[in-house]
Amino acid sequence: MKNAIEVHGLRKEFKSYSSRSGLKGAFRDLFSRNYKVLRAVNDISFSVKQGEMVGYIGENGAGKSTTIKMLTGILTPSSGDVVVNGMNPHKEREAFVQTIGVVFGQRSQLWWDIAVQESFRLLKKVYKVSDEEYDRHMGHVIRTLDIEPLLDKPVRKLSLGQRMRCELAAALIHNPPLLFLDEPTIGLDVLVKLKIRDFLKEINEKYNTTILLTTHDLTDIEALCDRVVMLDEGNIIYDGALKNLKETWGEGKEVQFQFLERVELSALEKVTQELHVKWELEEKEQHFTAYTTDEANAVSDLIGAVISSFQIKDVKIMEVSTEEIIRKIYEKGEV
Amino acid sequence: MDKYIEMIRIRFLMMLAYRTNYYTGILIYSINIGAYYFLWKAIYGGKETIEGLSVLQMTTYVAVAWMARAFYFNNIDREMAMEIKEGKVAVELIRPYNYLTMKTMQGLGEGIFRLFFFSVPGMLIVSLIFPIRFSADIYTWALFSVSIVLSFLINTQINLLTGMTTFFLFNNTGLIRAKRVIIDLFSGLLLPLSFFSQGIQEVFKFLPFQGISYVPSMIFTNGFSFSETMQAIMLQGMWVLILIVPIQALWILAKKMLVIQGG
Ligand SMILES: Nc1ncnc2c1ncn2[C@@H]1O[C@H](COP(=O)(O)OP(=O)(O)OP(=O)(O)O)[C@@H](O)[C@H]1O
Ligand SMILES: [Mg+2]
Repeated sequence: MKNAIEVHGLRKEFKSYSSRSGLKGAFRDLFSRNYKVLRAVNDISFSVKQGEMVGYIGENGAGKSTTIKMLTGILTPSSGDVVVNGMNPHKEREAFVQTIGVVFGQRSQLWWDIAVQESFRLLKKVYKVSDEEYDRHMGHVIRTLDIEPLLDKPVRKLSLGQRMRCELAAALIHNPPLLFLDEPTIGLDVLVKLKIRDFLKEINEKYNTTILLTTHDLTDIEALCDRVVMLDEGNIIYDGALKNLKETWGEGKEVQFQFLERVELSALEKVTQELHVKWELEEKEQHFTAYTTDEANAVSDLIGAVISSFQIKDVKIMEVSTEEIIRKIYEKGEV
Repeated sequence: MDKYIEMIRIRFLMMLAYRTNYYTGILIYSINIGAYYFLWKAIYGGKETIEGLSVLQMTTYVAVAWMARAFYFNNIDREMAMEIKEGKVAVELIRPYNYLTMKTMQGLGEGIFRLFFFSVPGMLIVSLIFPIRFSADIYTWALFSVSIVLSFLINTQINLLTGMTTFFLFNNTGLIRAKRVIIDLFSGLLLPLSFFSQGIQEVFKFLPFQGISYVPSMIFTNGFSFSETMQAIMLQGMWVLILIVPIQALWILAKKMLVIQGG
């Protein structure tokens, strides 16, 4: 099948001007300004097949939003090739945007002062959606996202979660084959998050919609995306299945202890110094977490050593969470 | 085309939601017109005409110039500056429409709203208080209508140009304010252009500003002969066409340079 997104050697550089200090500096700034070139996206290449759901993740400032802005034709790349839905987003802007839907979690696309349905009505005209199509498709979207009661309210009177559901519906008015979501679940409660996830899964199945999603909530990615693309300082450091990432990085086990009495971290480190264990203390709850290897008897050795020296209130054995894996990768900066 | 008409409707709705703002507006405009009325009466003193305009024509000129301003005037330059500074243009660029045309339509929605809720009632109120002569000639009204639409276009085009400078200057509040003063002064709103010295008038002939206020107001007050009227309207139309060039050029440049603020 044809690729929905194809990117080769994509780069974006921002010039950031720095001001010299003092009056003399300000005067000199008038004539020549110092600037640094910041490479937000550094020659990245990847492609996304039609119908794929891809999680695009990375630390704050990694360059995710910048990439999405280039893929949607908002920003011109400094260099590189972008082909999305078979078009060059920047060159054929008006035809191109007809084929995509975009949600920016931090920015509203609805008109602030008018009722949601007026915005929908305008967008329906903008995207040239026929009445039948609108009724069939949007009727379903509105029901699934449960926004019927919000339609006659002005956007400024909606809560964040209510607004976000409306934003998502608005991005889907023309039923685009490709959807870009930049932090769509930011600041939402668990129920709304679940609703949005289920909804995204549904449209993906129903219409084979391609979805590229950025988020800092890895449970979103786990629930939705088989594939993740991980960005670090503008470079792609991982592109592949989330499962593989877990298998290669999810080594070791995590054991969490709570004690009846007060225990020092150093004391724990001392009794387990023969074993390969790393301890961490969560101050507030007094949870002690031990990270150990995958070896067969590692966990029993660890628990044995701890039990023989301290009185235990509670023990939990956990697999390393995705969050933990991602954190490790971010800290290291490579996969 | 549908979408642009829909935009006019939406802007009209938005204005309607905030209509109370406009009642005070009518008052302010009426006070303005009143002040100019007394000023001009004092200046005329016993004189019949100055620069070919009678006192009656002068008051009509002042009233119609202000009421026309309510139609052609809009703040889309300030709106654009804000949208660009806050990064909201990003959203405009993912829509299948032309941002500048859409902005023009929003201005038009605003203009039409003001025409009905501001200019027409305002003109009625003003004509009760001050002596104003409405032309009975249907052609005058028709030509005036054409002319005022062109005024709107010229003024809006200048606003688009000023608004777009935000892409390059980032802080252009000063420029926007200066532009507003220049238009009020050079367009003939405060003083009919025939009152300026000959040399300055020559310069004005090469600027688009007279097409904004002077031309429609002179047509309304029958201050132009028929051939002068035709010539003036042609000139307005020419300016509308000429201004498209720098707007397109600046827009292409702006899109290339565009940096969106915020994540
Ligand atoms: N308009 C701009 N001017 C200069 N630098 C910018 C601009 N926009 C982004 N940057 C820089 O580019 C880099 C990438 O920013 P980007 O917004 O793409 O990050 P992100 O991955 O979306 O981060 P977050 O998770 O915080 O949203 C950052 O270092 C940022 O400072
Ligand atoms: Mg971002």
